Amino acid sequence: MSANMLEVKDLHAYYGKSHVLQGVDFKVGRGEIVSLLGRNGVGRSTTCKAIMGLVAPHGTIEFDGESVAGLKSHQVARRGIGYVPEDRLIFSGLTTRENLEMGAKKVGAKTGWSLQDAYELFPRLSERADVKADLLSGGEQQMLTMCRTLMGDPKLIMIDEPTEGLAPQIVSQVGDFLLAIADKGISVLLVEQRLSIAMRVSHRVYVMGHGRIVFEGTPADLEADDSVRREWLEV
Amino acid sequence: MRPTLSHFAVAGSPVMLESIVFSVLNGLLYGMLLFMLASGLTLIFGMMGVLNFAHASFYMLGAYCAYTISSYTNFWVALILAPLFVGFLGALTERFGLRNVHKHGHVAELLLTFGLVYVIDELVVLIWGQIPVNYAIPPSLDFTLFTLFGTSFPAYRAFILFVAIAMFGAIYLLLVRTRVGMIIRAALSHPEMVGALGHDVPRIFTLVFAFGTGLAGLAGVMAGNYYITEPGMAFSMGPIVFVVVVFGGLGSLGGALAASLIIGLVTTFAVSLNYSIADLLAAVGLGLDGANIAGGLAHIDLSRIGQMLPYLMMVLILIFRPRGLMGARES
Repeated sequence: MSANMLEVKDLHAYYGKSHVLQGVDFKVGRGEIVSLLGRNGVGRSTTCKAIMGLVAPHGTIEFDGESVAGLKSHQVARRGIGYVPEDRLIFSGLTTRENLEMGAKKVGAKTGWSLQDAYELFPRLSERADVKADLLSGGEQQMLTMCRTLMGDPKLIMIDEPTEGLAPQIVSQVGDFLLAIADKGISVLLVEQRLSIAMRVSHRVYVMGHGRIVFEGTPADLEADDSVRREWLEV
Repeated sequence: MRPTLSHFAVAGSPVMLESIVFSVLNGLLYGMLLFMLASGLTLIFGMMGVLNFAHASFYMLGAYCAYTISSYTNFWVALILAPLFVGFLGALTERFGLRNVHKHGHVAELLLTFGLVYVIDELVVLIWGQIPVNYAIPPSLDFTLFTLFGTSFPAYRAFILFVAIAMFGAIYLLLVRTRVGMIIRAALSHPEMVGALGHDVPRIFTLVFAFGTGLAGLAGVMAGNYYITEPGMAFSMGPIVFVVVVFGGLGSLGGALAASLIIGLVTTFAVSLNYSIADLLAAVGLGLDGANIAGGLAHIDLSRIGQMLPYLMMVLILIFRPRGLMGARES
């Protein structure tokens, strides 16, 4: 059993001719919440997509001690990586319940997460179980998309910008949710622009700039480092 | 029979009523046949983003396979086996053709299906020859179901309607009530997310392609003996199915059903209502001289532009509502 859940070494990725990831290195430990911070366009989302096999990765991606680089996305998911994309990608023709059922990889498989767990965590989803998912509010859709991925019983979950466009009260709910799933032993890779939530929930943070990692440390380290914040984070 | 002024006067009479009843029945029949083809085509497009040019070729294969199978056994065996065989050919096409060119983008996929049209066409001529084959309606269904106002309605037409409606019900239940159907519906909106949740999307693509081409094959089995089984049947059916899918909205099953029925009814009514603008004008007491251009146009029967109407409708809907009746995306 490897000490790290996810270990990424010298990861490169390209969109056509543009070299988006230029050697990204980071690790996520078991049960650890790690944030990937940085401004728009520095390659945070692409990092998630490359791990997920949605963008062709060049480099090393080890998950739970095994290489997942070059696998198809459904194979990566079946190894135990869950992905919550930035644009949520709710299945609009399906109801809330069906969206959740889509997350389960097999019918009736014994998993750590059930519909009931999702409903308990977010009672709103239970109330709106039979409503078409595109009628949910932004906050409800975010809860739905996170629970949908959890239904697949991931060992690590990558969540891209979960708080974008959400009201402060819901942002704090998302934070509680992340702490709750990490409590269950699930590793979390959080991609964020909002410093406050990342500082609150993370064990460690990485800052990205120009397709590379430019800072690694604890939230306290980042708090103390004005120059990194000024150069790579503040707008 | 060319209608005269008196036909307008007797609207509501049995003659008019007969024409309407049979036009509705035949329009529904043609519409449901179109839907058998359009449903598969629109599902394949909605999910894979590929317009399968060869879709009507699979329809033709269905008819020819049914002819050959029924010549050794009987129609009922062909009804089961021919669509399965065509679906199997569809699965091979997706697995070893489309999947390999998928990474080169939709244009490559489109060109592959385009080439396939001609390959299948030539193969059909090589195997079965240029002249129509004698694929006949089975004797057990070759009788008059009912006679209304002196016109008979063949049982086989009712059988086509029955099979088409049963097929629609089956697709509906499959999509709405089963887990596979749910995954297919989800993949219609975000296939990459379906994959990221751990579902094998390429396998679903193969399945849907096989299913869609199998339905086209079924339509071929049903229509091959109702019309004529000959090498030109793919070319005569292909364009109109595209019109249906575009008109209904690419990727929308409900839209495909609505468009199939509308176009089926419109073309059938246009053919049976044998009036021209000149007849209408004459009916209200205005004569038009056929010698000048306006008069010439006005003397063209509705039945003669009936074949053009669906294409005109497609052009108009593309101008005024590019996503079609119920389509989700603009393309």
